[in-house]
Amino acid sequence: MAWLLIAPAAIGFLVFAVYPTLRGIYLSFTDYRLLSAPVWIGFQNFIDLVNDSTFWASLLVTLYFVVIAVSLTLIASVVTAAILHRVTESTLLRGLIILPFLISGVVAATVWSWMLDTQLGIVNVVIQHLGGDGVRFLTSREWAIPSLALISVWKNMGYTSIILFAGLQAIPPSIYEAGRLDGASEPKMFFRLTLPLLRPILALVGVLNVIGAFQVFDIVSVATKGGPANASLVLQMYIYQKAFGQFNFGYASAMSLVLFVILIVITFLQMRLLRANESDTN
Amino acid sequence: MTASIARTLPIARSARRSKFTVGRGVAWSYLVIVVLVTVFPFYWMLRSALSNNYAMIADPSSPVPVGFTWGPFLRVLGLASPQAAIAEGGSGASVPILHYLLNSVIYATVSTVLIVFFSTLAAYAFSRLQWRGRELVFAFFLAALMVPGILTLLPNFVLIKDLGLLNTFAGIILPGALFSAFNIFFLRQFMLGLSTEIEEAALLDGAGKFRMLFGVTLPMTSGPIVTLTILGFIGVWNDYFWPLLVTSDSSVAPLTLGLAIFKQSSPQSQPDWAGLMAATLVAALPMLILFMIFGKRIVNSIGFSGIK
Repeated sequence: MAWLLIAPAAIGFLVFAVYPTLRGIYLSFTDYRLLSAPVWIGFQNFIDLVNDSTFWASLLVTLYFVVIAVSLTLIASVVTAAILHRVTESTLLRGLIILPFLISGVVAATVWSWMLDTQLGIVNVVIQHLGGDGVRFLTSREWAIPSLALISVWKNMGYTSIILFAGLQAIPPSIYEAGRLDGASEPKMFFRLTLPLLRPILALVGVLNVIGAFQVFDIVSVATKGGPANASLVLQMYIYQKAFGQFNFGYASAMSLVLFVILIVITFLQMRLLRANESDTN
Repeated sequence: MTASIARTLPIARSARRSKFTVGRGVAWSYLVIVVLVTVFPFYWMLRSALSNNYAMIADPSSPVPVGFTWGPFLRVLGLASPQAAIAEGGSGASVPILHYLLNSVIYATVSTVLIVFFSTLAAYAFSRLQWRGRELVFAFFLAALMVPGILTLLPNFVLIKDLGLLNTFAGIILPGALFSAFNIFFLRQFMLGLSTEIEEAALLDGAGKFRMLFGVTLPMTSGPIVTLTILGFIGVWNDYFWPLLVTSDSSVAPLTLGLAIFKQSSPQSQPDWAGLMAATLVAALPMLILFMIFGKRIVNSIGFSGIK
């Protein structure tokens, strides 16, 4: 009976999670062009990777995106959640903030491509009204990644805020009453009470955001296609190009494996650094 | 947990209803700005989707639709003649948005129903039944929660290709329809918290294990099941990368792909922004409707899923 009930999940687990993970590791050590069988080539893919300047540039571009997108998302979300928590319980307000979470990265990127258009986009029109020069948000090397990161912040900030807000609701209001009686100001209470109490959830949300940002693809694919001149060629995009543009599946798998290891190391480090399992309450 | 919040709320409310201060003013201004920035792109979608594409280019800053028309919606839904579309700034080429929309409905509905159903069965086995190897199997499943899925994408594509399932619904649906570590974990936690008394009573009445699962445990788990269904549906509806890998023609491609194709095939010099915005609205609409019906539930679900 029990085996019957877990059979579908177990099959899914083995066939679509365990097997492909092992196969992915195996393919990383092969020359595989999809049409003929994979040929074992040892560490050749990784040696090629080390010498591939596009790969290093792509890694840097991805890191740049992750740093901007995650730090801004977390700062904005913590502030929003804390203010919501202290000021209003309104579900309507939280609902409005969460709207971007409901739409796909493709929709978000399409709308922002229009709003950030160099000539006709409303953002540039406003900038020019205010006397500034038009900014080539998605078509210049220096702005491509910051613009994509801002789209990502717009899309993820509300969702992250709501998770943090739920975490804050678990904090008894009496703590703030006590703080107020002691004469603590709101900013002081934010740094001394809210942030430490929120840390376990913040660690979790941080890890989730970093993992998501490292694998960014949708908005890049739609808004800049990795351009201009590879200025926004994030890793996932480069992997996709190698696999489906050049059908070099072995090389693409090797890159996936590198990204995989990076994500595991980062997750581990972040959890350790932030001691995610314990809060500061005691 | 919800109940305890509800009980503390009145106290919290009265404490917060303090007099107006500068701090509160700043806090509210911040919230207003956040909401405006969040909502404005949605308004801009609508405003642009109801504009004449040529007129809009001449007046890019108008806060209301320029040369109000339903044209963009008509042409992306294939209801306008090519001449009419071109006259309003469309490309004249047809975009089978309705076809993509139907694909999305099938893809998202079938995927979500299957994954929630299979997760419920597994969670029941992990929380309610005693069997050898239970903890070991669960530990393996849980490990999948910690391991990023990035490595599985390419091999899964190869597998689906080898099975001859490229460009089929089975091909896009299957890899995500059987196993979800998060769903199983989430439902198991909930089921472990259910009282066993009702089940024992049912057992005394002679109910079998299957009747117990579908007649007793499942109804009591309906809350979390709805939560996972909503979150799952949103996730699949918005999925782009996996369908991009396994569909090379439009036969089973979902809306996210259709929209990306529409965007990429727009002419660089003068894209049909009005039509594009109409298409994005069509793509977002089912989620927005879902939100109007289940808004409160979605907001609470997301908070809840983070705490777990």
